[in-house]
Amino acid sequence: MVEQIDLTQVNWARAQFALTAMYHWIFVPLTLGLSFLVAFFESIYVRTGNEEWKRLTKFWMTLFGINFAIGVATGIILEFQFGTNWSNYSWMVGDIFGAPLAVEGIFAFFLEATFFAVMFFGWNRVSKGFHLFSTWMVAFGSNLSALWILVANGWMQFPTGMKFNLDTARFEMQNFWEVLFSPVAISKFTHATSSGFLLASLFVVGISCWYLLNERHQTMAKRSIIVAAVFGLLSATYVIFTGDEAAYTVAQKQPMKLAAMEGLYVGQESAPLVAAGLINSAKLPGDNMDPFALEVKIPGLLSLLANRDPGSFVPGINDLVFGNQEQRVIGAAERIEKGKIALELLRTYKDARKSGDQAGAEAAQQAFAGYKDHLGYGYLNSPSEAVPPVGLTFYAFHIMVITGSIFPLVLLLILYFQIKGNLASHRWLLYLGILCVPLGYVSSQAGWVLAEVGRQPWAIYGLLPVTVANSNLTTGAVLTTFMIFLAIFTLLLVAEISIMAKQINIGPEEN
Amino acid sequence: MKVGRKLWAIIFIKLFIMFAILKVFFFPDYLQTNFTNDEERAAHVFKNITRLSQNK
Repeated sequence: MVEQIDLTQVNWARAQFALTAMYHWIFVPLTLGLSFLVAFFESIYVRTGNEEWKRLTKFWMTLFGINFAIGVATGIILEFQFGTNWSNYSWMVGDIFGAPLAVEGIFAFFLEATFFAVMFFGWNRVSKGFHLFSTWMVAFGSNLSALWILVANGWMQFPTGMKFNLDTARFEMQNFWEVLFSPVAISKFTHATSSGFLLASLFVVGISCWYLLNERHQTMAKRSIIVAAVFGLLSATYVIFTGDEAAYTVAQKQPMKLAAMEGLYVGQESAPLVAAGLINSAKLPGDNMDPFALEVKIPGLLSLLANRDPGSFVPGINDLVFGNQEQRVIGAAERIEKGKIALELLRTYKDARKSGDQAGAEAAQQAFAGYKDHLGYGYLNSPSEAVPPVGLTFYAFHIMVITGSIFPLVLLLILYFQIKGNLASHRWLLYLGILCVPLGYVSSQAGWVLAEVGRQPWAIYGLLPVTVANSNLTTGAVLTTFMIFLAIFTLLLVAEISIMAKQINIGPEEN
Repeated sequence: MKVGRKLWAIIFIKLFIMFAILKVFFFPDYLQTNFTNDEERAAHVFKNITRLSQNK
């Protein structure tokens, strides 16, 4: 056993996981949203019987297929990494993750895969109605797959519905429904899927704008824009509501993440929201430096966002690190003491079991129950270790929100001029529509950077830091596989973009 | 359909690399490989999570 933690190895394992997850998330949101858009297009075709809509449906279905084919199974690599790089974590959460991932495999994946075959290869082989049904099932199946993964991630952010088994060193599920319907899991699912709908709408609108700029396939482009812009606007509205709910649950369940994403060091009542700012990277918890080199604030908005009350108190990083008795905020310093007691009780329990001291084991187990919620803090050496990287969390949040605010405005303008019939003459808007495609990906990725970096230092929030969740491997082993993935992912990304670009250039006629 | 053939080729090559090379040679399951039963695995994880000091 490696007795000392090699932080370089942990960080390479984290980098590898981040690389894989971010690469995987290039494909997933487009699949989630484009599957529904294709279903909308095909529904119009079946309803109207107009062959132009069929041609349009098949074109977008081809792009959906390219994205699906190149992205398929990239998520499985994450599971490889769990077993190899994160074996302590895998062992400890096996009972919790087993259920949602099994449900995903049995129901969602097979639902998706079965109807996927009919959708792609069933044209002229099955009835129009059954084909359309299959397309809808692919859309629902894809999104159902996402549900189970996001439930698992939601549990990592807010572990609930379980107990820790002191004999097996595993978290065991006590209440499946509590895990499934945890507020964090629900807000994760609704926010991530709706952001996928928005991204896919931007994708369809952006490519259609490119056709209009080049005066090609204009009828198809205009029809696609109408459907995708309406879907995108509805999705954007939903993204705003689910984003608000996600921020609220973060404030309630992960106050340190909220403080980091707003760069809030000193908690206050009527806390302002930093709309934009430049973080002072030299700032540390507890010092007197200004956390910002520059900031634009909106008074009271953070309190409203966090607690639904514009006058309420929002704890800052300093409060959460050092504690704030007046506001009854327990700091990391106090939690570290309790966490160390929890760890000591774990050892006492194990020793008592080993020596056959049943009474001692029971006493340690009962005492442990009072400290178990602080378990993870026992691994921290100083309170400031409980703080996630503030700069990255802050910028990821603000990039997501600022880019996300642009999309509904652009979609609204595009829809307005399309309905008026003069969209093609507003070339600047067409360029803006195209620009929104990469911006959509940036926004989507920033959302996950916020979710995962903001959770640090934890693999399981408050219970297991990443430094304990990892395996006892050498840095070289993890670095090697990181480089292999980097090469494979780069190749696949080049393949995705080049095949996609070629197919877009060919357009619908050749399909 | 040319693009279809290309995509099938990418899928098969990718799955081969993932399951026949990466999983087999680079991503063994750490606990399955190094320990023979669940008791040993639990003991190993327990030892890891209860170690007193961490050198950072």
